[in-house]
Amino acid sequence: MMDLRFRDESTASKVISKLREMDLELRFMHVCGTHQDTLVKFGLERMLSEVGITIGQGPGCPVCVTTTKEVVEAITLARSGVTITVFGDMMAVPTPVGSLADIKAEGADVRVVYSVEDALRMSADVERMVFMAIGFETTSPSTAYALLNEPPKNFSVLSCHRLLPPALVALFSMGEVRIDGLIQPGHVATITGTEIFERFAGPKGVPQVVTGFEPLDLLMGVYMLAKQVKEGRSEVENEYPRVVRPEGNPKARELLSRAFRPVDRAWRGFPVLPLSALEVADDLADHNARLIYEDVLRDAPQVKEDMGGCRCGEVLRGIIRSEECPAFGKGCSPKRPMGPCMVSREGSCNISYRYRE
Amino acid sequence: MPAKILSIKGDEAEVDFGGAIRKTNLSMVKAEVGEYVIIHAGFAIQKVDEEEARETLQLWNEFLDSTKQD
Ligand code: SF4
Repeated sequence: MMDLRFRDESTASKVISKLREMDLELRFMHVCGTHQDTLVKFGLERMLSEVGITIGQGPGCPVCVTTTKEVVEAITLARSGVTITVFGDMMAVPTPVGSLADIKAEGADVRVVYSVEDALRMSADVERMVFMAIGFETTSPSTAYALLNEPPKNFSVLSCHRLLPPALVALFSMGEVRIDGLIQPGHVATITGTEIFERFAGPKGVPQVVTGFEPLDLLMGVYMLAKQVKEGRSEVENEYPRVVRPEGNPKARELLSRAFRPVDRAWRGFPVLPLSALEVADDLADHNARLIYEDVLRDAPQVKEDMGGCRCGEVLRGIIRSEECPAFGKGCSPKRPMGPCMVSREGSCNISYRYRE
Repeated sequence: MPAKILSIKGDEAEVDFGGAIRKTNLSMVKAEVGEYVIIHAGFAIQKVDEEEARETLQLWNEFLDSTKQD
């Protein structure tokens, strides 16, 4: 398999020794669960910290950034008798009124799907189907495709899709965390292209490298960032040209612009971020669950976003590491998660827990 | 992980995903049988450029051998 060569250990140790020679003290951020998984699974986090580089995960986990309010919307719909389809990681996310898994156990029709096409197929056997759509630019084109290709009449979308760049804007403007460089997510950039990140570059910006997902991709991405810092540059570089083209995937973006419109929305750990989410487009209102079930949703329980004791919000803003949460591994574990960062396999708490020594 | 396209029928392709055979929606990319694609949530989102892949590996090695820093 061609990607095995992207794991070559001798190249990896060469990169590490180069970084050691550079003698740096830097803090980088990435925004992707797959990056976090690779960093922890292959021990890169530790190797890099030994040469002065720490890397934290920002708001790059779709399940984690989805708000309690949105999960409660799905729970409310399921309780009213609608069939809800979700990606598996969503099931166990706790809210003050329980999780989707809890209400499934009580008899509600909540089903796990692997793609929106599963949900479309299942629509044939049920009366009313709602697909709870989560994910960034990587996932939303598939929902767009479903919405635009004559979905069944009883199929609708509860869109919780997010756009990544507005969250980066927020991270910088909140200024709580020092970031010397950004590992930009290869899969989001596959759709958006690389130009969208230029706004964070330049004299007042930060070094950025769009990076792939093999261990060597990440090490090279880090090396390229470190080199930019050393040379005083703040540019957008692409470590992953085998997949990411400068123009991204225009066809996917065209689907997005026809099926959705950008709206303001809060993220877990963040206030309302302008134009940071995608809502079903007006001419597809017949498939917008928020409009179809407006009456049901009006009676949704009012819940607080703050989940007593869970510090996911700070984890998502890159202010604390999962291990710094007092509940980590004590009150909170994947079996008994207190927050979505411990539920989702893309969540930083879950990843740290899975690979802990 | 990239998946190799085995067959194409309209918008749908059968792919080899590290040994597992799966169906994927191919409507967002232009790719042919034998080529590799990146798959996300059941959809191919981009084709892997094998030439770029080879070049990346070569560049890494060259540049690691050549950059001398003190
Ligand atoms: S360890 Fe658990 S309680 Fe702490 S931030 Fe993570 S999910 Fe929340």
